[in-house]
Amino acid sequence: MKRHTTLLMWLLALSILVFFFLNLLLGSVHIPARSVWNVLLGIEGESEIVTNIIMKSRVPQALTAVVAGAGLAVSGLQMQTVFRNPLAGPSVLGISSGASLGVAFVILLSGTIGGVALSKLGLMGELALTIAAIVGALSVMALIVYVSQKVKGNVTLLIIGVMIGYIASAVIGVLKFFSVEEDIRAYVIWGLGSFARVSGDQMILFVCIMVVLLPLSCLLVKTLNLLLLGDGYARNLGLNIKQARFLVISCAGVLTAIVTAYCGPIMFLGLAVPHLSRGIFQTSDHRILMPASICIGSSMALVCNLIARMPGFEGALPVNSVTALVGAPVVVYVLFNKRKSEFSE
Amino acid sequence: MKKETIHIEDLSTGYLTKNNRKVVAEHIHASICSGELTCLLGANGVGKSTLLRTLSAFQPKLGGHIRLLGRELESYTDKQLSRIIGVVLTEKCDIRNMLVEELIGLGRSPYTGFWGKLTPEDREIVDNAIHQVKIEHLVGRMIQTLSDGERQKVMIAKALAQETPIIFLDEPTAFLDFPSKVEIMQLLHRLSRETDKTIFMSTHDLELALQIADQVWLMDKTNGITTGTPEDLSLDGSLSHFFARKGIMFDKDTGLFRIDNEFTHAIRLDGCGQKYSMVRKALQRNGILASRHVGVNYSVETGNLDKEGFILHCPDEEALHVSRIEELIAEIEKRRGQLPPAEELKK
Repeated sequence: MKRHTTLLMWLLALSILVFFFLNLLLGSVHIPARSVWNVLLGIEGESEIVTNIIMKSRVPQALTAVVAGAGLAVSGLQMQTVFRNPLAGPSVLGISSGASLGVAFVILLSGTIGGVALSKLGLMGELALTIAAIVGALSVMALIVYVSQKVKGNVTLLIIGVMIGYIASAVIGVLKFFSVEEDIRAYVIWGLGSFARVSGDQMILFVCIMVVLLPLSCLLVKTLNLLLLGDGYARNLGLNIKQARFLVISCAGVLTAIVTAYCGPIMFLGLAVPHLSRGIFQTSDHRILMPASICIGSSMALVCNLIARMPGFEGALPVNSVTALVGAPVVVYVLFNKRKSEFSE
Repeated sequence: MKKETIHIEDLSTGYLTKNNRKVVAEHIHASICSGELTCLLGANGVGKSTLLRTLSAFQPKLGGHIRLLGRELESYTDKQLSRIIGVVLTEKCDIRNMLVEELIGLGRSPYTGFWGKLTPEDREIVDNAIHQVKIEHLVGRMIQTLSDGERQKVMIAKALAQETPIIFLDEPTAFLDFPSKVEIMQLLHRLSRETDKTIFMSTHDLELALQIADQVWLMDKTNGITTGTPEDLSLDGSLSHFFARKGIMFDKDTGLFRIDNEFTHAIRLDGCGQKYSMVRKALQRNGILASRHVGVNYSVETGNLDKEGFILHCPDEEALHVSRIEELIAEIEKRRGQLPPAEELKK
């Protein structure tokens, strides 16, 4: 059993490397594997165009996918555990709606009030969007964390989160109604999600933030394991429920907020990956599930990015559609298999 | 061996909201001893769970004192309490994909380090707990594949692994079938003796509690809490008073409750042993008072276990032989109108 787990974990880690390399290799422009290798190792002699495509486009995209996938998966796992609800995910508390609201304000209002369509602002516009998304997501999160300290039941908190999501959507709807078509289009495209939006320095910043946050969220494994038992038992075992909830929701919230700010609301990964990890590893021990979710989340994000960019689609497929199209059948398959093994026992 | 571990003085339990103080029970005086199984009995809504939650420090008390091992409950930190009180709750936890031994291992959490990793000593304590509850055969099973009874045993093992001198159980037998109820109660009784722990549980299983518990707490709205051994409470009338209501009778000879039947007719019953009592029981259920002290023309002869069947004697009829109680009852029912009424006989 233990050996089995270690082996699986290594395989998953290996799969990240494989998919990462495939992400660099495949794309609309054909680049031979040898050239990719040379560029990566810094060996001179490749054309500037090839170097640029790989270093400025494919590497940032793949890196973004790796950390975003991992972040969403961890956030989803934490949400499912703290709410003891298999349908919970990063988007459940309205945190991604908060990000959307922030972005909607910037995109839709700047066009209407300022008279300048944001799409024409270039880099400045991108930065404004990221900041707006982070502000929106974090303010909703602050609200949720505040509420979580006030209400007792998890279900109540969950419902309040969903309600906040609805309010955000409603406000966005109103904003859309008063906006020009061009801006609405820009907003819709943001909402489709993409790993390609982040570039240059911002990408480095994003990756750095996530590289700090992901290990930090792993510090909560004992808390999460205790929360599995339910509030009564967890409390009896010395866990401060309020504090635990605060930490877990803040952690999951910040992860979601930052990923959403940089990549748009990426659906499904956060919900599906924890189920996959549980299905594959047949455990609910977060000491295993946490690294497993990180690995599977990264791999799945890379695969989805690969499919979205497949030759022929030319970036026409939004990441959000791909995550659901690829993820949903996989989850159904895993759940079906699990059922069978349960019945046979 | 027997030592007072929990002392309760003038305790009030209930809920505090912003501008409301809702008292559920007050003026509770009692103590609980180690090495004993104490059962808390009472109707729904009388405050059993609130009392248990207050004692486990899940909710604040409204007044009075609770002393655990000689110290006020409030003076303990959460961490300290997790090493003093272990709980088993009614709620069925829907944990999936967790092994039995992993769950019991979580009982070690108050002692484990930052990552919750079990040391070899912790594993030994977990094995010990499994051994004490006798669930070796469940090791390696996933929690979701267990029956309710097995799951409760695992939770009890978890509480044992927690190594607390006190264990509180809130209706641990609530969803179990009868044999599992008996098994859990006997297990708890045995554990209280073997481990010298203080075990306090609430339950609705009156009959079992009266047979297995060392101490019984009767909780009700008017009298508060009455404590004592089931036998003492039976002698001083507290028990019959406590459950006095139509249809339930406290049988002072056995110290147990039984259903109080109303009799319409009577019949004489001759015989002895098991067959006699079974026929009597069946007739009682049908509202017919049957006894060897009744002197009427209609009579049933049961004989003892060596003889087969039953004989029904009626005046002006031949003796009727039947092989099963079911047939006997049917025959008597046919003649029910002719049987003398029970009321007259009582006079």
